[in-house]
Amino acid sequence: MSGEHHKELGFFRKYVFSVDHKVIGIQYGITALCFLFFGFCLIMMIRWQLAYPGEPMPLIGGLLERLMGAKWAEEFMPGGRMTPDFYNALGAMHGTIMIFLGVVPLLVGAFGNYVMPLQIGAPDMAFPKINMASYWCFAAGGVIMLSSFLVPGGAANSGWTSYPPLSAIAQPPAAGWPILFSGQTLWLVGMVALITSSLLGSVNFIVTIIQLRVKGLTMFRLPFFVWAQFVTSFLLLLAFPPLEAAGVLQLMDRVAGTSFFLPEGLVVSGQVAMVQGREIAGGGNPLLWQHLFWFLAHPEVYVLILPAMGIVAEIIANNTRKPLWGYRALVYSTVFLGFMSFIVWAHHMFMTGMGTSISAFFATTTMIISIPSVIILTALIISLYNGAIRFTTPMLFALAFLPMFAIGGLTGLPLGLPVSDIPLHDTYYVIGHFHYVVAPGTILAIFGGIYYWFPKITGRKMNDTLGRLHFVFTFICMNVVFMPMFFQGLAGVSRRLFDQTQYSWGAAVQGWTITSSWGAWMLGVAQIFFFINFFWSIWGGKKVSNNPWEATTIEWSAPSPPPHGNFATEPVVYRGPYEYSVPGMSKDFFPQTAVTEA
Amino acid sequence: MSSELLPYTVKPHPVTGVYSGKLGVWLFLASEVMLFGAFFSAYILLKVGAPLEGPAHWPLHSERHMSWMIGGFNTLVLIISSVTMVMAWVSLKSGNFGKARMLLGATVALAVLFLVIKITMEYIPHWRDGLTTNTSNFWGIYYTMTGLHGVHILGGIVVISYFIGPGSKLWHENPEYYTNRIECTGLYWHFVDLVWIFLFPTLYLMS
Repeated sequence: MSGEHHKELGFFRKYVFSVDHKVIGIQYGITALCFLFFGFCLIMMIRWQLAYPGEPMPLIGGLLERLMGAKWAEEFMPGGRMTPDFYNALGAMHGTIMIFLGVVPLLVGAFGNYVMPLQIGAPDMAFPKINMASYWCFAAGGVIMLSSFLVPGGAANSGWTSYPPLSAIAQPPAAGWPILFSGQTLWLVGMVALITSSLLGSVNFIVTIIQLRVKGLTMFRLPFFVWAQFVTSFLLLLAFPPLEAAGVLQLMDRVAGTSFFLPEGLVVSGQVAMVQGREIAGGGNPLLWQHLFWFLAHPEVYVLILPAMGIVAEIIANNTRKPLWGYRALVYSTVFLGFMSFIVWAHHMFMTGMGTSISAFFATTTMIISIPSVIILTALIISLYNGAIRFTTPMLFALAFLPMFAIGGLTGLPLGLPVSDIPLHDTYYVIGHFHYVVAPGTILAIFGGIYYWFPKITGRKMNDTLGRLHFVFTFICMNVVFMPMFFQGLAGVSRRLFDQTQYSWGAAVQGWTITSSWGAWMLGVAQIFFFINFFWSIWGGKKVSNNPWEATTIEWSAPSPPPHGNFATEPVVYRGPYEYSVPGMSKDFFPQTAVTEA
Repeated sequence: MSSELLPYTVKPHPVTGVYSGKLGVWLFLASEVMLFGAFFSAYILLKVGAPLEGPAHWPLHSERHMSWMIGGFNTLVLIISSVTMVMAWVSLKSGNFGKARMLLGATVALAVLFLVIKITMEYIPHWRDGLTTNTSNFWGIYYTMTGLHGVHILGGIVVISYFIGPGSKLWHENPEYYTNRIECTGLYWHFVDLVWIFLFPTLYLMS
């Protein structure tokens, strides 16, 4: 089973078309970090328009004109001022890229792929070739999404939710261009590729966790991170197909002249709506899209948060030097959360006038689903109590995750009740709410995870001073970015406005917009600490042992970096995942694979 | 590719009782149920919400010009192909590779027959009669759902053909592994049939 007898593979088979879960995990990680940075660049551009509407963008405006050519600049940023259409495209693509190409691939594709098989003692994923196919589908989807910036009319600009009827009729392909080459159509095609990738990945994860756990590793001895990945995979497996169906239906609307999402008698700008130069038959229903979309996109929220909670749980147990408080409660809550996440989707649709009884149902399920979330957060916070906390760099990120996720979660409650949702929906309040969950929440957890597992992946530790600087500035800047959004939202500023100063209530809180924008740019600057630290540490970081954090879970008993096949001998597990500070032992950690106290 | 295999690729796991591939196919089919489930839900919503009259109305059964005979015959074709598929697996279980290969060939032939009937006797004449994706949402969803089902049939043809042709080498290296793969292919194939068994009454028989 070990990798001693395998043939030396060529460069391509080893690093490019690899079937090793560790290489694929790193491929996912690097690609997704690039996308995360790209998506962040888009929003930094948007923040200029929001803070200083109508003023030419300094530096970047000129740079883009030189990079993309005068013709492109004329269409999208004449004189360095972005057009409203381009602004919409940047907004839509920021959301799409951050979620589908940045955060989820990092959490599941990178951390899940690299860490999960090691934590269950497996030599690889159950289906290594399918794992590779999953990465390449993801990469293809990413390329298709990016290429949409280059077609006439630019990238998709109907919002990351792609609500029809706008999305079905927007951006007809330019004359002389093939039918698929328009921003919104490419968005749909790219999304189908990404859904295929996540389908392949989720099947693989579930089978691996069920079939390939080493001897002695019962389900209730799994690290919480593995449980989080397990539930997440079920969400990806079952929630994504309805979006695939919706994507196919919208693709048909755009290229085959159907009217699945287009009602009868649709008039746009005073003219009867046309698709492909033909009048549409009509008779469809825009709400159908919203239902199918949110049937995915609500479970997707938990895809964005559960693995982050898993990362945080690992770091907290390791750095408090005591077992997680309420491990079983955490697991049961996660499973229940996963199940409930399938029946809350229409709380995104209170504005559509579904009727009070349906709204009441979804408001009730939404209140119910907040219970397991609070149990998880509470268990993690109580885990800190009486611990001998080591304030390592990953631990700083994990600790910051807790209050940030709490703010994100609690500000969501008013959005789960129709009465308070209706005035708040589609304002900056909503933007503030979900960004607190995903950015200061999940992305801080991702950074923590990178600092935590970096020694396993490279055999070297990242620099602590740079790490702490990175943490402090990131933490402060994220709050400067997102806290003002609550004030703007409560002042009634709509979320997708190109220029809020044209309304008196928007102009009154423009100061907050400018604060938020400067926060975003400073946040960008703060990432320089991370860039330097990351690349320098790969070659120049301090060399450390296989288990530098003195952790208990199985991945730390493998060499750093683990060879092909992971473990020299198949590990056997004797106890639960968090046996820290066991009374009567000389060391304060008792690895899962240790037979007796060494 | 005689590299060492991961555990439970061929032999079933002592606790779960299945080999990994089988579990994987069942999970994949669960996802497929959600995919077609979403399409059927969309069908219901579109039908309920369709205008009562005008060009975009939901065509009555008599207006559809769809022959239940053709659809019924195709249903029969697919059911027989499911039988040949399962017989192929049984033959492999008893070690008769030649017979299995013939039955797999029959499965592919029936699948091709299904597609030929679907295209030449239904799609092309309908399209000529002006019943296109643009006509009304019934025809839109008809082409979308049967088209997607057709893509699944095509996928099955490719996979089964692979196991008749180049993939059959595995039989000589590791017969149990090969038999397992045919079993997984069969599970997928029965699912594709099952989808049609839902599509047929929905599109051809219900008014």
